[in-house]
Amino acid sequence: MDKFTTHTGSAAPLRRSNVDTDQIIPAVYLKRVTKTGFEDGLFAEWREDEAFLLNQEAYKDATILVTGTEFGTGSSREHAVWALKDYGFKAVVAPRFGDIFRGNSLKNGLLTVELPEAAVEELWTLSETDPTAEITVDLVECEVRAGDRTWGFEFDEFLRWRMMEGLDDVALTLRDEDKIAAFESNRDAWRPRTLPAAV
Amino acid sequence: MSRTPQEAEETRPRTLAEKVWDAHVVRTGGQQPDLLYIDLHLLHEVTSPQAFDGLRQAGRKVRRTDLTIATEDHNTPTDNLFTIADPTSRKQIETLRANCEEFGVRIHSLGDAEQGVVHVVGPQLGLTQPGMTVVCGDSHTSTHGAFGSIAFGIGTSEVEHVLATQTLPQAKPKYMAVTVNGSLPEGVSAKDLILKIISITGTGGGKGHIVEYRGQAIEELSMEGRMTVCNMSIEWGAKAGLIAPDAKTAAYVQGRAHAPKGEDWDAAVEYWQSLTTDEGAVFDKEIVIDAASLSPFVTWGTNPGQGIELSGAVPAPEDFADPIERTTAASALTYMGLEAGTPMRDIDVDVVFLGSCTNGRIEDLRTAADVIKGRKVADTVNMMVVPGSAKVREQAIAEGLDQVFIDAGADWRFAGCSMCLGMNPDQLTPGQRAASTSNRNFEGRQGKGGRTHLVSPAVAAATAVTGRLASPADL
Repeated sequence: MDKFTTHTGSAAPLRRSNVDTDQIIPAVYLKRVTKTGFEDGLFAEWREDEAFLLNQEAYKDATILVTGTEFGTGSSREHAVWALKDYGFKAVVAPRFGDIFRGNSLKNGLLTVELPEAAVEELWTLSETDPTAEITVDLVECEVRAGDRTWGFEFDEFLRWRMMEGLDDVALTLRDEDKIAAFESNRDAWRPRTLPAAV
Repeated sequence: MSRTPQEAEETRPRTLAEKVWDAHVVRTGGQQPDLLYIDLHLLHEVTSPQAFDGLRQAGRKVRRTDLTIATEDHNTPTDNLFTIADPTSRKQIETLRANCEEFGVRIHSLGDAEQGVVHVVGPQLGLTQPGMTVVCGDSHTSTHGAFGSIAFGIGTSEVEHVLATQTLPQAKPKYMAVTVNGSLPEGVSAKDLILKIISITGTGGGKGHIVEYRGQAIEELSMEGRMTVCNMSIEWGAKAGLIAPDAKTAAYVQGRAHAPKGEDWDAAVEYWQSLTTDEGAVFDKEIVIDAASLSPFVTWGTNPGQGIELSGAVPAPEDFADPIERTTAASALTYMGLEAGTPMRDIDVDVVFLGSCTNGRIEDLRTAADVIKGRKVADTVNMMVVPGSAKVREQAIAEGLDQVFIDAGADWRFAGCSMCLGMNPDQLTPGQRAASTSNRNFEGRQGKGGRTHLVSPAVAAATAVTGRLASPADL
């Protein structure tokens, strides 16, 4: 996974709440078997509208998405995270995220930061007024900074460490291989098994 | 002598979900989240190919092929059992088959007697049992909570993690109770209940919580009904939803292909009986609902929280005090092509979809068939009936339900996810309006430009007959 420490860039102010993962990437784009190349599926239906935010020249280079609450609810599709990353986003700021989406994002080096609605409103106004305005999302200091404004955010310490080190969960877990094996040796014999297959 | 902190912890009254959680902790403490052992990992074609790629790249194997099973469901057609016309869909299915072959994973492919929607297949094979941890790269994995298990959807990175280690690191959740007192009135189903709950909480109300549904109305639900309720836990943002196992649960599991047998059965049942929330256990939050106040419930908007009684009318954005809800309602009405104040019963539909992991089980088909028997699907409506699995289809045929639907003019299909999501050929066309027994009414969910009203199987059947949103009482 890519390491994430801090990122500075301009933002796309997406003034919408309840942006579910079906909006982030519709199901028809989920048929691929690769982990990259999903940028064309990002907000595919909305992008058909020329006036849509991401079709505006001013926001072409945005690397931070600032959006409304309940972003990424719904389907577990990690493709939603891959699409945002492939499109060029490094971070997403919203008041609240769907749990599965948030977990997925942090396993792919896409930083998702929760800020209060008032802060999101300020960031929206800033980027609407000046699309080139730079925003810094800083995981080292757990801060979002824009101009003379600074907002702190909370972040789970373990997840922060994993993200800053770019660590792979599987490798971390396998350090506890002995504990997994010990657990397995104590499992109840009646627990179901898929093999051999009975039908 | 006074108890040590550890002893005190062990005898502390616990909720059902805490008991199941605690029984699966491989590693705890320190800064890392708990490492949970996973009892059952369900796979399907959409969220697994990149996970298998990850294993290959790292030279890893599937740790427990005997706790892993795959089905094909999202991409499969429901008009035949042989031809997947779309080449990218076909490629994804073929990739799953090749991966299962390479890694030694059991798979039930299109045409197989056990093929079907992954969340219908697990319980049907007896693989879903009380007190388990169940995961799948699909958010509706919460369905399996109906058996008193912790079951939740995961992303593809986590699928890879479970394949490689049979465990998942998980931050400790919070615990919530939804207590439904009294009995559901005649004609009110599990689907109406869960749609009502989501309308109260909104799409994010359950965030971070494992929810226990309990109370008389929950106890009175069939296992199918309990699966419907737990299935939609994710629609209000809950980590998982579960229901304490009881005699009904055991009766459902007993005799199934992978149910414990003989002495194993006795040992299992003894354990299952301990799976209740202890007297005095504390929930972080509780919601109490009076079942008697409920009536058939449907959605009007573009998220599952935007619902209202079938007897109600389309709300106006101004009805919402919260500015975000107001804006969301306004854009939902535009997308849905609805005017505020329109009685829900006046809304005409083009398509009725009966099926999905929410309402594609045998009881759902029976309920709808009871309503539609001897009646006709309206000329203006295309009704699709899609069993949740090949086995459900077989049973429905044995009971003559297929003929009831066919005689009424409905389209009787093969098993799959079908029109629940716009991925396979079963899709709404732009502007088409559906009454759907599925779980999501998001923009474009059932096909680009399609408009979805989530309904129960009984409302779906009555709507098919009248051509507008209706309950059986309206017929």
